[in-house]
Amino acid sequence: MTSSPAPAARLARPLIELREVEKYYGDYYALRKITTDIREGEFFSLLGPSGCGKTTLLRCIAGFEDISGGHLAIDGKDMEDVPANKRPTNMVFQSYAIFPHLTVEENVGFGLRRDPSSKEDKARRVAEALEMVGLKGFGKRAAHALSGGQRQRVALARALILKPRVLLLDEPLSALDKKMREQMQSELRKLQRQVGITFILVTHDQEEALIMSDRIAVMFEGEIAQLDSPERLYRRPISRKVAEFIGIMNFLPAQVLSTGPQIALDVAGLGQIGIDAEQCPGTPRTGEASVGFRPETMTVLYDGDPEPTRGKVAQGTVEEVVYFGDMSYYEVRLEGVEKPVQISMRNVVGRPVLPRGSRTRIAWEAGALVLFCEPKG
Amino acid sequence: MRGRGFQIYAICYLIFLYAPIALLPIFAFNNSTVISFPLSGFTTQWFSQLWTDTSLLLAVKHSLIVAVSVSILATCFGVFAARATTRYAFPMKQGLMGMIMLPLVLPDIIIAVSLLVVLMQMGASLSILTVILGHTLIATPFTIAILNSAFQSLDKSLEEAAIDLGETPASTFRLIILPLVMPGIISSLLIAFSISLDEYIIAAFLSGTEATLPVYIFAQFRFPNKVPVIMALGTILVCLSIALLTIAEYFRRRGIAKAGGKDTGGFL
Ligand SMILES: Nc1ncnc2c1ncn2[C@@H]1O[C@H](COP(=O)(O)OP(=O)(O)OP(=O)(O)O)[C@@H](O)[C@H]1O
Ligand SMILES: [Mg+2]
Repeated sequence: MTSSPAPAARLARPLIELREVEKYYGDYYALRKITTDIREGEFFSLLGPSGCGKTTLLRCIAGFEDISGGHLAIDGKDMEDVPANKRPTNMVFQSYAIFPHLTVEENVGFGLRRDPSSKEDKARRVAEALEMVGLKGFGKRAAHALSGGQRQRVALARALILKPRVLLLDEPLSALDKKMREQMQSELRKLQRQVGITFILVTHDQEEALIMSDRIAVMFEGEIAQLDSPERLYRRPISRKVAEFIGIMNFLPAQVLSTGPQIALDVAGLGQIGIDAEQCPGTPRTGEASVGFRPETMTVLYDGDPEPTRGKVAQGTVEEVVYFGDMSYYEVRLEGVEKPVQISMRNVVGRPVLPRGSRTRIAWEAGALVLFCEPKG
Repeated sequence: MRGRGFQIYAICYLIFLYAPIALLPIFAFNNSTVISFPLSGFTTQWFSQLWTDTSLLLAVKHSLIVAVSVSILATCFGVFAARATTRYAFPMKQGLMGMIMLPLVLPDIIIAVSLLVVLMQMGASLSILTVILGHTLIATPFTIAILNSAFQSLDKSLEEAAIDLGETPASTFRLIILPLVMPGIISSLLIAFSISLDEYIIAAFLSGTEATLPVYIFAQFRFPNKVPVIMALGTILVCLSIALLTIAEYFRRRGIAKAGGKDTGGFL
């Protein structure tokens, strides 16, 4: 990592270029013309429901699957005739794939077999790699005598010791328990910043993707539905489907009255409002539509609370409330809307949780709404 | 009450199974050419006679050559077949595997007769070579069964990991696959060896003048004074077979445990 260019320049350059990449398994169309760039040094996540083709795409990049169409280049070099063992990628497998007949040291040093450097040099690099993943002193252990978390670390060290241009991780944390998973999430993130290698993470856990990634590609049925930063993805999902997949989003039926730089709407439960054109992904159309908002963008007001200075107020009834310690989750039925909406509130001293059945005012802001003009279906 | 019935059944079964074998060493050390009770004293002369019987030693030599060749050949075929069925998809895979496994249930006599007819038609002369051929045919289904379980317990991502780390498919086979299935290979070698060593029917049909041990032993029963020597030989063979099977099973289980898989096959 000594001669790498300045971080800004590195971030700008595409390291992996996918151009209309297709994959067929027999008749099954698993990847549908995927075109995207993955930048040098970024933490890139592939997020999507089971069977959408995340693993397939990762394996195509690694070279374990041939692509059926399109082009794939890494570092400006077309990968068509480059087999997996010659690609500048390394992989952390979902099952970790630790060689059971070798020790931890031999596992981590496996990729150095073809390296011409001296024995001492290799031993030093193995020790360094083990230390980096927090397994100092575990070198002589038999690989099958490791816990899940330790296996995961061995797999990481083994892949990183070769200093690949890209590290591919296929659901590396799914086999760990919740606590271990959360710890590894932050460790992985730190490790990625420390080594500066491009990480491509496959996950079906949206929270994990949001926490760890610089950018996330949301995939459905072999296509990338949206590629954005976690924040953009959360705040401006491109479709209802993406919105529903990332976190919780409430939807209210709406009528688009007029379009333009300002869009005029009639939203069930909220009344007639105007929003910015920027709040509508895709092209706004008059007629039936739906409006989405996140649970934390609305506020349940107490009796005697003043009217909010910004934003507006709607009327509703508390249908259900779930107390979560630091947070409370309300299900509120807005007046004139059949389906209750979810509103999350941070619990504060002196403001007890409202009981079920309370009539209450809801404060909301037009700026937090997202308009979806897609046809119903 | 019912439990007791089963107990008696089990005991009778075991007596039926092992009493004849237990008689072998008893008469092998009995100082008389007549195989009957009462015993007439202890001797090791039958064992020492073994070493001076040149035609018997020749039969032992034939058997060893055949058994070693068969174990190597059948294990090689087993490796190819097991690798193919566990890694690759090809048309008619099920049917093809069924055909390969068929000799497992085909009576040996049918295999022996048909092989003999074919060999005669081809004008081949009978020798231990033709026995090797026949034995490989019947031993291969067993080696495939053993090696399939060894290859199946291999995680495919282990191979991919090795390739990902820069190894070629060939070096991956040598560095990862072979060590992990080695216990299965050893147990396959031993099973094929012991199948070949005591096989009679095919050997009797195909050996011509180069009799293998079982063929030789059966022929010797015409001479009553040879019987105690055969008892001695039988004793040695029983010990050898038990040793071989035990070692084979030990390696098979160790292999599965080592690769972290579940026990899905095997004979013991
Ligand atoms: N070797 C294969 N042969 C045939 N079909 C396959 C093969 N591998 C994957 N598929 C199919 O391709 C689709 C995508 O599979 P893939 O493994 O990429 O999904 P995924 O997004 O990783 O899902 P998961 O979250 O469950 O791991 C699935 O419908 C799967 O059945
Ligand atoms: Mg997957």
